[in-house]
Amino acid sequence: MNDLTNTIAANADWFYLIGAILFVLTLRGLSSPKTAIRGNRFGMVAMAIAVATTFFLAEGPVLWLIIGAMVLGAIVGMWKAKTVAMTQMPETVALMHSFVGLAAVAIALATVLHTEQQHGTVARLELFIGCFIGAITFSASVFAFGKLAAKSWAKTLVGGWVKPVQAILFIAMIGFGIVYFMTDSLPAFYAMAVLAVVFGWMWIAPIGGGDMPVVVSLLNSFSGWAAAGIGFTLGNSMLIIAGSLVGSSGAILSYIMCKAMNRSLLNVLFGGMGTAAVAAGGDDGAPKNYKAGSAEDAGFLMANASNVVIVPGYGMAQGRAQNAVKELYELLKEEGVNVRFAIHPVAGRMPGHMNVLLAEADVPYDDILEMDEINSDFASTDVVLVIGANDVVNPSAKDDPTSPIFGMPILEVSKAQTVMVIKRSMSTGYAGLDNSLFYMDKTMMIFGDAKKMVEEMVRSINGAH
Amino acid sequence: MIATILAAAPAGAAMSSTPFVAIFTVFVLAIFVGYYVVWGVTPALHTPLMAVTNALSSIVIVGAMLQTVNINGSMFTPTSLLGAFAVFLASINIFGGFAVTERMLAMFKPKVKKAPVVTTESGGDV
Repeated sequence: MNDLTNTIAANADWFYLIGAILFVLTLRGLSSPKTAIRGNRFGMVAMAIAVATTFFLAEGPVLWLIIGAMVLGAIVGMWKAKTVAMTQMPETVALMHSFVGLAAVAIALATVLHTEQQHGTVARLELFIGCFIGAITFSASVFAFGKLAAKSWAKTLVGGWVKPVQAILFIAMIGFGIVYFMTDSLPAFYAMAVLAVVFGWMWIAPIGGGDMPVVVSLLNSFSGWAAAGIGFTLGNSMLIIAGSLVGSSGAILSYIMCKAMNRSLLNVLFGGMGTAAVAAGGDDGAPKNYKAGSAEDAGFLMANASNVVIVPGYGMAQGRAQNAVKELYELLKEEGVNVRFAIHPVAGRMPGHMNVLLAEADVPYDDILEMDEINSDFASTDVVLVIGANDVVNPSAKDDPTSPIFGMPILEVSKAQTVMVIKRSMSTGYAGLDNSLFYMDKTMMIFGDAKKMVEEMVRSINGAH
Repeated sequence: MIATILAAAPAGAAMSSTPFVAIFTVFVLAIFVGYYVVWGVTPALHTPLMAVTNALSSIVIVGAMLQTVNINGSMFTPTSLLGAFAVFLASINIFGGFAVTERMLAMFKPKVKKAPVVTTESGGDV
């Protein structure tokens, strides 16, 4: 038995290597919905191998403490995974990021406090970097969670004092880190950790709700770098590989989100939109007219069209309208209408948010198209139904060089014959901009709750028989 | 092929006595692998991607387990308790992350083929 333990411990790196390869295959599987589930299973196997191997590697592990913590975590995790509503995925993901961050801080602290270990300069540098990335990830993700879940404590910070305070916090945090690095002083390490937590909060708090897809992606990336940091401390290549995979994944998602909003990452993180929105009020000269219509008219128009495209936005998630939308989709299909969905990369509150909601409602993924796939089809579309989306269909992004969102890629719905927009009121979108689409002759506004309006459309189509 | 590159690079890099540059090599190469693999992920699956990467970064559980140890014959030290706390947090993410990803992925279904015989049969599954 002891021989076996020694053999496994001696060959631990080989097991970690298998795990690392399976992690790469996990992400590879996500290239298509057909292979994704298999990929996810690879990930589970890899994690099981890594955890099992580590049991043999640890020197004097407190088994019951480890297993007890695992079982408890498993219960909480499985319960959450089974019960969470798909509309709550963005805040759930943010909360999970915060756990990775906090775990990284706890591990770094545990390592620093380990009385039988001496830490050389390289180890101290790794601990210091790993700890502050973890701490920032933790508090920033907690704020992002609060913001996405619309908690009252997650208040957006505004004011000229915010940036100088951020800068001071950041410099002080690095300063204490350097003191720890030079002198191995414990109080300096604590001070750095606390400052990093405060900085993380202050860093994300000024950023508005509409920019949360970028923030969540960025924190996803951070949680990966935190894991890689722990990997450096332990000299474990599997942690480094997993951390780097996650880190680059989050970075790419942030890049995609920023590109879809035609903004730089720095612009999202350090402001700019607030001032732009004020400047946009320039064209408020004449009162503008829009046409309002009823859900019954909309239902009639769609049932008699041959091509319909539905554009869902955050309003669909907020109004939990996805099942009603699915019903509308099926009914129109039965009527012989060609119905498809068009998804903008930043629709919703996180990357891929709309796709998951529609999948939950059982809409087949072949009828859900990305922006680049569908934009050329709008000219031959009879009716576009926009549900709770605003900036992503704003034609100003294409035609008005003075608009703050000019240059942002949009769904070109204004090329269709008729556009119908379900919206609560004429209020502006997250960018704080008016939308010229709403005042076009071909546009009909339907005011009301997304779910109720779509249900009324379904009733009116059913009633026509 | 990517896997072979990775396999060649770390040769013994998991020992903390290996030079820093060896382990840094693994880090840099893994970023490249991540870059190419993630660009291949279909945008429709970006939410499951975020959920599963959460589970993956909870690989820090390895670090947490290595700290949950007896020190000088004592089970309860600040180190072991912090380690156990980190094991708990990472386990939530591992189990929760993989389970919620599985749940989401199971929802993504292709269109039912429109063969006339099949449509009558598929009427039953709702």
